[in-house]
Amino acid sequence: MTVSKDQLIDFIYDEVRMLDEGRYDDWLALWLPDGMYWMPLEYKQEDPINQTSLLYEDMFMLKLRVERLNGVRTFSQKPKSRCHHVIQRPFVDEVNGDRFVTNTSMHYVETRLDEQQLLALTARHDLALVDGTLRIAAKRVDILNSDAAFRNIQLLP
Amino acid sequence: MEQYSGNPAKAAALVESNQVHRDVYVSQDIYKLEMRHVFNNAWVFVGHESQTPEKGDYFATQIGDQPVIQVRHKADEIHVLYNRCPHKGTKIVIDRQGNTGKFFRCPYHAWSFKTDGCLLAIPLKKGYEGTGLKQTASGNGMKSVGAVKNYRGFIFTRLAQDGISFEDFFGDSLSSIDNMVDRSPEGRLEVVGSPLRYLHHCNWKMLVENQTDTCHPMVAHESSAGTAVKLYEELNLPEGAPKPAAMEIIAPFMSPYEFFEGMGIRTWPNGHGHTGVNHSIHSNYSAIPDYFEAMTKSYGEDKAKAILDENRHNTVYFPNIMVKGPIQQLRVFIPLAADKTIVESYIYRLVGAPDELTARTAMYNRMINASTSIVGHDDLEMYERAQEGLLVDGMEWVNIQRLLEEDENFDEVSVHNGTTERQMRNQFNAWAKFMTYDAAKTETAE
Repeated sequence: MTVSKDQLIDFIYDEVRMLDEGRYDDWLALWLPDGMYWMPLEYKQEDPINQTSLLYEDMFMLKLRVERLNGVRTFSQKPKSRCHHVIQRPFVDEVNGDRFVTNTSMHYVETRLDEQQLLALTARHDLALVDGTLRIAAKRVDILNSDAAFRNIQLLP
Repeated sequence: MEQYSGNPAKAAALVESNQVHRDVYVSQDIYKLEMRHVFNNAWVFVGHESQTPEKGDYFATQIGDQPVIQVRHKADEIHVLYNRCPHKGTKIVIDRQGNTGKFFRCPYHAWSFKTDGCLLAIPLKKGYEGTGLKQTASGNGMKSVGAVKNYRGFIFTRLAQDGISFEDFFGDSLSSIDNMVDRSPEGRLEVVGSPLRYLHHCNWKMLVENQTDTCHPMVAHESSAGTAVKLYEELNLPEGAPKPAAMEIIAPFMSPYEFFEGMGIRTWPNGHGHTGVNHSIHSNYSAIPDYFEAMTKSYGEDKAKAILDENRHNTVYFPNIMVKGPIQQLRVFIPLAADKTIVESYIYRLVGAPDELTARTAMYNRMINASTSIVGHDDLEMYERAQEGLLVDGMEWVNIQRLLEEDENFDEVSVHNGTTERQMRNQFNAWAKFMTYDAAKTETAE
């Protein structure tokens, strides 16, 4: 089975729609069990392990993040945040058998109470075709001003 | 709201033995007094020497509201200069770090300065002949801070020309920095990458107080740490299976009150203090292969053990940093306004130690102190709710009397139950002291 360019692009659109609509169980199901979500702190950062990042999380942490959003005593989500992605058509940068790399520019808006912030970012997805289904092997999100002083970023770009 | 402008004694009177008036958090007048007095008279952290390793390397930051540059002038000489051209006021450097070569050059009119601040050259200098430029502050180069001290790689400054000495200001509290540096088999730290930078709409002191607030973790962080514990239990892993990395870092936040009570708090004179006298949330981290061997080789087994058995949790250095020795982290709480604070969280590498220690430190930093951190979200929510709640009139005092004792003497070192708010009282005692430290002198001058 092969995957068309359109299917790869649709996958990225579907993913951000899940995040915008808060369908986190569907979103978590997109990931391979050993997937990692990385958000570097520095511009063009190369090392996620031995220096600080904004995020570098495995499935346990991502599940924790999602579970926490609905916690009875999660006060920073009372009231809840909302998010909104506007994405450019993804580039399909690599196709190697059943492994794929896409690169997507997007504007990410997150809001809560009277505040709203806009982040410009680029997402790199490493995708894998496993048992006929596309899954996320790794996701890297580079925020354009990743070294700026941010307020809370509570949801996931 | 009361007016405090030009009246540090009136500001100091907002501190009582068991409570402080809300104006210390919400009044912009008080903020300005803090900048002119507390941050002027105290010794304040600037940066680490490894941020400026080569001659001409500089690092731009601020001490309170004062823009300064830490610069390497000679191999063994670091200067701290105000980041202002003495001519028209232009900031000399605007990037956070870089190398300026042999001299600073103002981008506006090309006045240039040696890296110790001395005036080097002015274009068309004859235009100043006979004008008495040398007799003005403008003719004498970039202004230096009052005093600079490099303590085991950490650069501190006192902006005021005269005042308390570095040794008198910190005293025995330096043992926490010592322990952090001693954890390197070579006795040396190096900064790793850029700091996290996290903007809070609250007063800087709330963040400092939170560092020794041991009654909030199991409450405010139930959402993150409590959920982590729950998810881990649901995994139902077999005995001995490796824990998810997050558990080692986050789960101890859910420790019961008894744990924090037994942990102990030590206070030192001048507002310094630490949690974790007996044990801490960092006590049970897993051992890193080869590390203890490297430490033993450098220090001998007994001393290596003594260094690593110290598990201090948060050490507050008054006025505005916190150090975590066991994970080589330093956080600076930079006050931008009464209700605005940037927190910068740095990590350091233990030179000569395995990389796994740096990896753990980096993990702790992003998991707990990033603007994307769920633990950070828990805390910010509390600070900002407090900042807004404090505007309520007719109920204007903030309580800090947990485990208050009669006639507390902050000039002596003492150890207490880990849930005491004594360290908060200690900080306010120092705050009032340094707020009025130079008041007599100022009054004479006026």
